[in-house]
Amino acid sequence: MTPVERPLSPHLQIYKPQLTSLLSIIHRATGVVLSIGSVFLVWWLVAAATGDDASPRASVLGLVVRAAAALRLDLFAIFHLCNGIRHLVWDMGYGFDLGTAYVSGWTVVAASAALTLIAWVAGFMMWVPR
Amino acid sequence: MSERADMRTPLGRVLGLGSAKEGVAHWWAQRLTAVALVPLLLWFAAGLIAHLGAGRPQALEWLGAPLPAITMLLLLVAGFYHMSLGLQTVIEDYVGNEWAKLGALVLNRFVAFALAVAAIFAVLRIAWAADEGG
Repeated sequence: MTPVERPLSPHLQIYKPQLTSLLSIIHRATGVVLSIGSVFLVWWLVAAATGDDASPRASVLGLVVRAAAALRLDLFAIFHLCNGIRHLVWDMGYGFDLGTAYVSGWTVVAASAALTLIAWVAGFMMWVPR
Repeated sequence: MSERADMRTPLGRVLGLGSAKEGVAHWWAQRLTAVALVPLLLWFAAGLIAHLGAGRPQALEWLGAPLPAITMLLLLVAGFYHMSLGLQTVIEDYVGNEWAKLGALVLNRFVAFALAVAAIFAVLRIAWAADEGG
């Protein structure tokens, strides 16, 4: 099949970055990064299933969780979850007008930051040697 | 629009050339897994945070119990399915070369299935070890 010479639509870099387009791109980017990060979850489960109980606190389980957190997979997962809910609301036909799209966009940004902070505070409270 | 020699209506000419009602399967599965993942991920995040200070025995005690093990398996199935569908969309959007696209699509499914099976194996092993009191 010979490619048809069609006019190309303007490329991404021509448009001024906006919250709506930025969040859309970040949603995809976090999705791809989390896909790679899913290896951590598999690693964690396999390590739990096959490891031994020697030096439990310095175990590979804690190491995997800390490595995932250091790579900001916590924030990425929370953002993808929040913005994913925004997408599901759109899929049901709500929130398409520009004003609402911006309000929901900033809500996702704020919720992602707040939930990540809450998760970290809760995490530090639970990280008590027992 | 010029007159066509064809006697068929516009609808008649396109019938059977469309998606045969399966065009939304990918889209629907992506949304279905997304909805399932909302409570599943919240459960996993809470469980993970609750066991941050714990050692391996406590983690195994948690995941080895029937309900958490089943929930974890649901999370893995929904998660890796969702991941595979999402990556497929990204590949189809950005990989132009047909052979590279085909290779990437095959690799996407293979890796997703391999990761999912490895993780499911681990959870089942933990659950059965807990069952035997190990």
